[in-house]
This record gives sequence, structure tokens and C-alpha cells, in this order.
Amino acid sequence: MTSKALLTVENLSKTFFLHEQNKVIPSSSHVNLSVYSGKLTALIGATGVGKSSVLKSIYRTYLPSSGRLLYETATGEILDLARALEHRILELRREEIGFVTQFLHTLPRQKTLDVVAMPLYRQGVDKQEGRARAAELLAELNIPERLWEVPPATFSGGEKQRVNLARGLIASPRLLLLDEPTASLDAKTTDRVVALIQRKKEQGVGMLAIFHHADLVTRMADDVVELNVPILEKS
Amino acid sequence: MDKILEVKGLSQVYGKGCDLCFTSTGAEFETNICPHCGSIVALHDLSFDLYKGEILGIMGESGSGKSTAVKCLYFDQMPYSGSAIFFDDTEQKQLFNLNPAQRRSLRNHRFGMVYQNPNLGLNFDISAGGNIAERLLMSQVMNYSEIRERARELLARTEVLTARMDELPKNFSGGMQQRVQIAKALATRPPLLLLDEVTTGLDLSVQAKILDLILEIQSELNTAMIVVTHDLGVIRLLAGRTLVMKYGRVIESGLTDQILEDPQHAYTQQLVASAL
Amino acid sequence: MSNGINFAFLDEYAKREIRRSVIKAICIPGYQVPYSSREMPMGRGFGTGGLQLTLALIGANDSLKVIDQGSDDSVNAVNLRKFVEMTCPGIDTTTRLQEATLIQSRHRIPENSLRADQILVLQVPYPDALVIVEPSEDKRKIMHSEADYSRLLVKLYEDIVKFDEITISHRYPTRINGHYIIDPSPIPRYDVPKLHNSNALILFGAGREKKIYAVPPHCSAEPLAFDDVPFRVENFTDSHGERRACKQCGSRESFLDEFIDEQGERVYQCSDSDYCEQQQELARG
Repeated sequence: MTSKALLTVENLSKTFFLHEQNKVIPSSSHVNLSVYSGKLTALIGATGVGKSSVLKSIYRTYLPSSGRLLYETATGEILDLARALEHRILELRREEIGFVTQFLHTLPRQKTLDVVAMPLYRQGVDKQEGRARAAELLAELNIPERLWEVPPATFSGGEKQRVNLARGLIASPRLLLLDEPTASLDAKTTDRVVALIQRKKEQGVGMLAIFHHADLVTRMADDVVELNVPILEKS
Repeated sequence: MDKILEVKGLSQVYGKGCDLCFTSTGAEFETNICPHCGSIVALHDLSFDLYKGEILGIMGESGSGKSTAVKCLYFDQMPYSGSAIFFDDTEQKQLFNLNPAQRRSLRNHRFGMVYQNPNLGLNFDISAGGNIAERLLMSQVMNYSEIRERARELLARTEVLTARMDELPKNFSGGMQQRVQIAKALATRPPLLLLDEVTTGLDLSVQAKILDLILEIQSELNTAMIVVTHDLGVIRLLAGRTLVMKYGRVIESGLTDQILEDPQHAYTQQLVASAL
Repeated sequence: MSNGINFAFLDEYAKREIRRSVIKAICIPGYQVPYSSREMPMGRGFGTGGLQLTLALIGANDSLKVIDQGSDDSVNAVNLRKFVEMTCPGIDTTTRLQEATLIQSRHRIPENSLRADQILVLQVPYPDALVIVEPSEDKRKIMHSEADYSRLLVKLYEDIVKFDEITISHRYPTRINGHYIIDPSPIPRYDVPKLHNSNALILFGAGREKKIYAVPPHCSAEPLAFDDVPFRVENFTDSHGERRACKQCGSRESFLDEFIDEQGERVYQCSDSDYCEQQQELARG
């Protein structure tokens, strides 16, 4: 691939130090990968090789222990996400980087429409337009309209996952991190999600994804990175 | 992104203080009482930046110095040392170099404070509407009908029955008193709001509603807020970034999700692990 | 004086201190200047603050008028006048406003306007307008210095909420020269506008509270009010909307006192007895 990478992960390692047990736990080590605009890079590997840790490190939910996470911003600046100022990270989360996690974390008591439209509100889109666009996306993902006005707290796993996905995709981030976005979906719904992700790719969104099924990797990935079992380095 | 507040090296000592106070207290000594002079180091070397519309959480147990920090910023007390710059539109104001009248003016017009104890934020001898009127009158709004109208709007916004606006807040429930406090704090549409344990001691359902209200206000008015709490749930819900304090020191700071999912300091790990 | 008492009772040091305080009070209109109020041979609360001002200011060429609630011959006015006559040999006393150079008064400002060569001394029981909202004098001093009067305004707000109007009948908080708010002594609302742009110097003396303050000539004095709920004076209209008249002189322009006469009827007459007499003289020709 010759085009410039949107994100280049160089030698990323993440370890946890548990003070209580005075123990170091390696989570992922020496990860190298690239993500390109309009392409999907799939992370594969056995359970426990730290796939989610990589996504969380990029999103800065985890503090990377070592390595560089070079991200090219919309303005062309190269930023190491491991060291960027917190305010900068918050700004990127608002404007450029989306994360669809396995579990839906929402503000309690918030209507599904507003949950989905939140990334738009944060960008200054008004309520009316935000809700309209959220409705469109929810319809496309086959969420029954009767659920739109209620908080997703009581939804089924599959419904929650689609709400989560809708929220991650609505603002068309430049970089999208996907952590098993279709884990609890039936085949038919999975197809809809796949189609939606393909469309976002065509729109130029660069994606880094973890899938629970190998066939999804085959269907969607432009590039595959396999992680190795993390090892504990001597300090 | 515009900075609204820049705090540097803020410290507070209760007592006469000595040269060894700062070097003999803190998390590693597991005390904030100076063994040499007996002074209490309530706060030492607190530094942070706050941006417009951002919610910063300050988390810690009682005595960690978190309330002292906001009380200094609201001029309830003057710090022992340190500086804070408030970026007020085009002007930069060195908070602790201002004279009392300038400080009062900032308190009245540009800052809002909501205390854990409504007694501190409200005058219980005047009506709910009168409490809001006071803040408007300080801002030179001198039209009675306009004051009534604004007070009514603010109380409606914070979901206080406007029919009760002429009642004394001492007759209100705790949650309602907090709403009146919030309405009062918002009366001048301040760009900075300080919230000191505002939901502590309230029923869970009431807490939830107050937190919703705070979030709505933040998204509507783009108000920058400092939320002081010992409650991880409040931090999780409200704050984008969080400072964790212990013995008057910031022992850890970061994005809130990082603090909660990848805490670095032993104390924070313990705190997160023990959360329900 | 043969009995060893100094002219004007006070010793010269005491007078000088009071005069200095008066000058300071004039320089900072509305500011309460503390002074060491002397013990007078009468109880505090009987006008000792006003009396000390009078005694510090009076000289042999002065003509003094003493008024109590508008009247020159109430017991209190008579006693104060006699005391000054006794201790200030050579001065004149009068009941006629035009003849007076120095006027000491309680609860009223004379109906007719004062002249530039006259000084009005008002007796004050409670000098600080903020005392109703803040018990601590330390805090009140800070509030005054910062012109922080919002709590006083809240009081007005609450008044309107409860009674649909501002109910303060006397001691109406009044802002002097755009900064300090004073308690103008227990004059009725009716007299408050007379403080504004007055020809004469107006001095306030609080003997028990040891404070002197001033509204200098041609100084602004604005009663506190809201833009849309303006300050109003007492209106003295009857049930037909007609201005009541004084039963003695017939004036429809003066501040009236209400009495119940022997027949049990409500009657009204001028509170300012000197004004009333002069009106009657005019009418007689």
C-alpha cells in the first residue's frame, strides 16, 4: 500500500501494574499496524492477546506503556496519541475518532434517539437535525421505531449493540475503532451492519476492527494484523 | 478550544505553616498534618487547565483538599500560594491579585457556585425568587418585572414549581433546595460553574435528576464546570477529565474513562476496585 | 461662663474633633464617619448626636431653630433649645425657618426649601441602612465600601412580592452621590426628595452609634427603587381622590399629621408648625 497511513501504531505495548498484588500483567506487546482512510484493518488473534487493549490504547482509555501511536489529524498534523494532551484527545474524540465498544455505555434516562445523536450534538448540530439523522440510521439498522423514544437500558443485547454502532457511525469519524460490533446479531442483521460499514468505508472512514467471526474478517478486511501472546519484558 | 481557567501551584495551609510543611506531608507520608508545626496542608501544588464547556471532575475522600480548591477559586478563602488566571472573554484576570470589589464582581457575574449545603448558597430568610433576584440585582438588573420573569424562567428550567417561587427555601426538600441553588448560580449565565458535592446526601432518584439537569445545562449553555465529588458514579457521568486527590495532592489525573479503566496510582486502583 | 462650663458645653477639643468629622463626612458624601460621641447631660436617644453637631457648629452670630416631628414646641424640641440657649450665651433662637442659620430636627425636613447659608442637622437613631440585612458591622463596612447593596434591594423586591408596593414608610434607603446608601433618619418618604440637590448642607448625627454623615449641598440623593416600580411619596388623598388640606391653614401641599378630634372625627393638619403658622399669617394678610 502506497498511500499515507491515517494511523500508524509502532511497537505498542500495554502492561498493567496492580499495586494491591504488586504484580505486572502484560496485555499486549510490540504491536505494529497501520490504518488507512477508506480501508478496514482487522485485528486477529486468540483471546487474551490484547486486541481490545490496542483499541483502548488508541482511544486513550488505556495509557499505553510504550510505543508510538501516530495519527494524522484532519489538519495534516501528526500526533502521537500516546502522549497528546488530554484536551487534544477529547477534541479528537469529539471530531475525528469514534469507538464502538462491545458494551453500550450511555447516560441513564437518555432517549435512544439522543444517545445516537449525541456525537452530532457535541459537534454543534441542533436537536431536530440530530434526531432526524439518528432516526434514519436506527431504521437502517432495523431498530423498531417504538424503541426510539425510550432509553436503551432495557434493550436486548443485539439492540444495544446496534444502538452503539449507530452512535459510533453517525458522525462519520475519520478513524473508527470497532470492537466486535456484530457479536450478538443474527445473520440478517449482521448483513445490514456489514453493508453500513462498507458504505462508511466508501465514504473514506479508516477502520480498525475486531471481529468475533473469521468470515467477517474475510468479508470486510482490507488488511489483517495478527497479535501474538503478550510477553512480560524485563525492566 | 478556548481555555477559561489556568490554575498553577495552588496551595492552602491552615495554621501558621513552616518551611517543612510541603515536604513532610502528602500521599507518601499518609498525612496532611505537618509533623513540625502542626499546620494542615489542605492543598498543595494543584495545577490544571479548564476549557470552555468542559466538565472537570475532582475526586477524593473528605479531607483530600478537593473542596478547598473550589473554595479558593470562588474566593471563599484566599490560598496560601499559587495562581489562577481566568480568561474572561478578551481579558485575563489573575484571580488572587484582584481587589475585593473585583473578586466580588467575578463571583457575582462570572462564576456560579453550588454548595453541598444549600445553607451556604441560599439565603433562607428570603424567598426562592428573592435569592435569584439578589444575584440579578448584583448584576445591575433593576427592573422588577424583568427580575420576576428571569427568576421564574430559571426556576422553571431547574424544575422548581414556579408557584412556589415566593416561598422560603427552608420549606423546600433537599433536592428542591439544590435546584434553587443551581437556578441562582445560573442567573447570570456564568461561563464557569463550581459544584461542590451537589448530590451528596440526596435520595438516589433525586440525585439522578440533578445530574441530568447539570448535563443539560452544560450542553445548552456550554458552561465550564468543576465538579467536586467523592462519588465515582458522578464522575463517570459528568466529567470528561478527572483529578484524583489525596492528602491535599493530585495523585493522578487523566481522561475520566482512563482513570476508571486504567488507574495508575494504588489509591485510585483501590477506589475503582471498591466501587459498586 | 461663670459656672465654669465652656461655650456650647463641649470643650474645644471635642468640637474640633466633631468639625473634622463633619469635613470628612462632607468630602465623602453619605459615608458614616465614626467619632467619639461625648456624654451629654441627657439620655442617648434624645438627640445627643444632633445636639453635638449643633454645639460644635454654633457660633455667637447663629440663629437656631429646633424641630421635633415638625413642631417647635414639643417637649423634646423645647428642652434641646433651652439647653443650647443656656450653654451658648449670645446666640439667637427662633421658630421661623427664614430667620434660622442652623436647624436641628428630628423626623422632618421643613416644608419650605432651605437656603445655601443654612445648615440642617438631623438626629439619627440608626445610621446604617444595611443593619436590617447584615448584623455584622465589619461586613457592613465592606458592603458600603464596595457599594454592595443588592441585599437591600432584595428587601425591596420581597416587599413588592408580599405587598405589591414598597412598604418602607421612613428611614428610606437613599443613595448619595451615586455610591453610599444612607439611612436618612426617620424622615417620612415625603421628605426624601428634599435631600436631593439641596441648597443647604444636611448633616446627620447619631450619638449612641457614634456616627456623623452628610449630604452636601447640590449632591444627588436617589431613593432606592426599581426602574418599573418607582419611588413614591405619601399622597394624602381622600376616598374621592382629592388631596386633603390642613384644617388650620388650608394648605394642600404640606405633609399632614392625622388626628382624631373631640368629636371623634379624623382631621388633618400640617406637621410643620412653623409653615402652618406662616400660611395662616399670609391668609390673614
